Amino acid sequence: MISFVIYKFVVCVIVFGLSLAVAAYSTWWERKLSALLQDRIGPNRAGPFGLLQPLADGGKMFFKEEIIPNVSNKFLFILGPSLFMLTALMTGSVIPWGKSFTTEAGNTYSFQITDISIGVLYLFGVVSIGVYGIMIGGWASNNKFALLGAIRASSQMISYEIAMGISVIALIVTSGGTLSLSEIVEQQDAGFANIVWQPLGFLIFFICALAETNRAPFDLPECESELVGGYHTEYSSMKLGLFLFAEYINMFISSAIMAAFYFGGYNFPWAHELYQTLGLHDGSVWISIIGFGAFFTKICIFISVFMWVRWTLPRFRYDQLMHLGWKILLPLSLLNLAITVVVEYFRGNIHL
Amino acid sequence: MLGYTITQWLFGILSFLAIMFALMVVFSRNPVNSVLYLVMTFFCIAGHYLLMNAQFLAIVHIVVYAGAIMVLFLFVIMLMDLNQDSEPQKSAWIKIVAGIAGGLLLFVLVGTLKGTEQMNLTSYGSSQIGTVKNLGKVLFSEFLFPFEIASVLLLAAMVGAIMIGKKEIK
Repeated sequence: MISFVIYKFVVCVIVFGLSLAVAAYSTWWERKLSALLQDRIGPNRAGPFGLLQPLADGGKMFFKEEIIPNVSNKFLFILGPSLFMLTALMTGSVIPWGKSFTTEAGNTYSFQITDISIGVLYLFGVVSIGVYGIMIGGWASNNKFALLGAIRASSQMISYEIAMGISVIALIVTSGGTLSLSEIVEQQDAGFANIVWQPLGFLIFFICALAETNRAPFDLPECESELVGGYHTEYSSMKLGLFLFAEYINMFISSAIMAAFYFGGYNFPWAHELYQTLGLHDGSVWISIIGFGAFFTKICIFISVFMWVRWTLPRFRYDQLMHLGWKILLPLSLLNLAITVVVEYFRGNIHL
Repeated sequence: MLGYTITQWLFGILSFLAIMFALMVVFSRNPVNSVLYLVMTFFCIAGHYLLMNAQFLAIVHIVVYAGAIMVLFLFVIMLMDLNQDSEPQKSAWIKIVAGIAGGLLLFVLVGTLKGTEQMNLTSYGSSQIGTVKNLGKVLFSEFLFPFEIASVLLLAAMVGAIMIGKKEIK
């Protein structure tokens, strides 16, 4: 029992640290990738290839002067970014990072903080709470640009949650009706990855993930030409840092969810053949670690795609954004669900 | 611990928090704070659902009420910019009337609760009824008709909202 508690504690700390580390180095990679796409060099002063740049940025954020607007509600002003960061970090707890392994004593440990049976619903619950951080922060700033940014952000997030939810329902139908993330990943081990059955669903999910994380081309909440800085206009120092940082954590987690839902998570083609060649038997810790490596590679590819999209596409206009969300993505996701149910019926996975 | 199980402790703490936040909704001066306390109340109620093994209801409660409806409430209140100075103060006798009406409602509620002691409650199904699988099975077999009727009701509400929201009807 005690060893179990200690193990879970260690996993929590690792997932927490990993989220922060990946978010920090995403900022570096974002600058490097944008430099590559625009034929520049990018950060190269702090350390080799500018690798220490995130530390320098973080230090700068901490030591900058902190300004709290005089008229704002101070408690809510501080609560906003904290809540946004909290919800960003909470989503990581249900993601299966690797196969579970068995020790020689016969205890099984999983590479996951908790495997709740309603994991997918939990994710949606946390995502829907994430709006509050932005709304509270934007309102407490007592600035009209911040308020407008907050309203844009939250109406955008609510609108795209619907299409996202319906595309995930189609995925759950394909996965045989399970809501547990580890089971969704595990059942992709035997057959194909879900992307084979859900290409349209993946596309919808990906677009919605871009909108949910407020990334370009859906970064209207912080669009500089119209709203100064959007919902974080009045924020400075590490509170601004928390808002920006949480965006990168959200990006990391949504990449992880896409990799787990549609691309097999820690599974990869010919994995069993590889393990046989290496002489690893089921339940070995090395299988978990190799699987985690595969998962992490997929996540990094998705993060790069997020950035690639940002530095390629221009920003939408707000009515175009709402038009895309409600009139194109929502009917498409409903169509996808209907097609999925018919296909799964003929594949024999649905019994009436 | 004092002869109570963990579930009883959780029930007690959650109930205390739920009632406390519900009172804060009423007593807080700032309408935005009221909405936020209401969200906290919803979280406590979701916790109660979890204690009753109704996971689906708990999460849907958070997604729908805390995540969608209260966000819209917050929208409206933030845009209306209500605060103590600009709010018109009600006259004394309106407060008295409101107090009497509220007291009567409390009286009715207490009376209803008193009757429940004699009622024989029979639990429906097993204690696992709240899990997603069992709930879905029951909803789509035994209670299919009321379930579908509720969806028509929601559709009617949606159409009505769109009709009201339209500027001019062509």
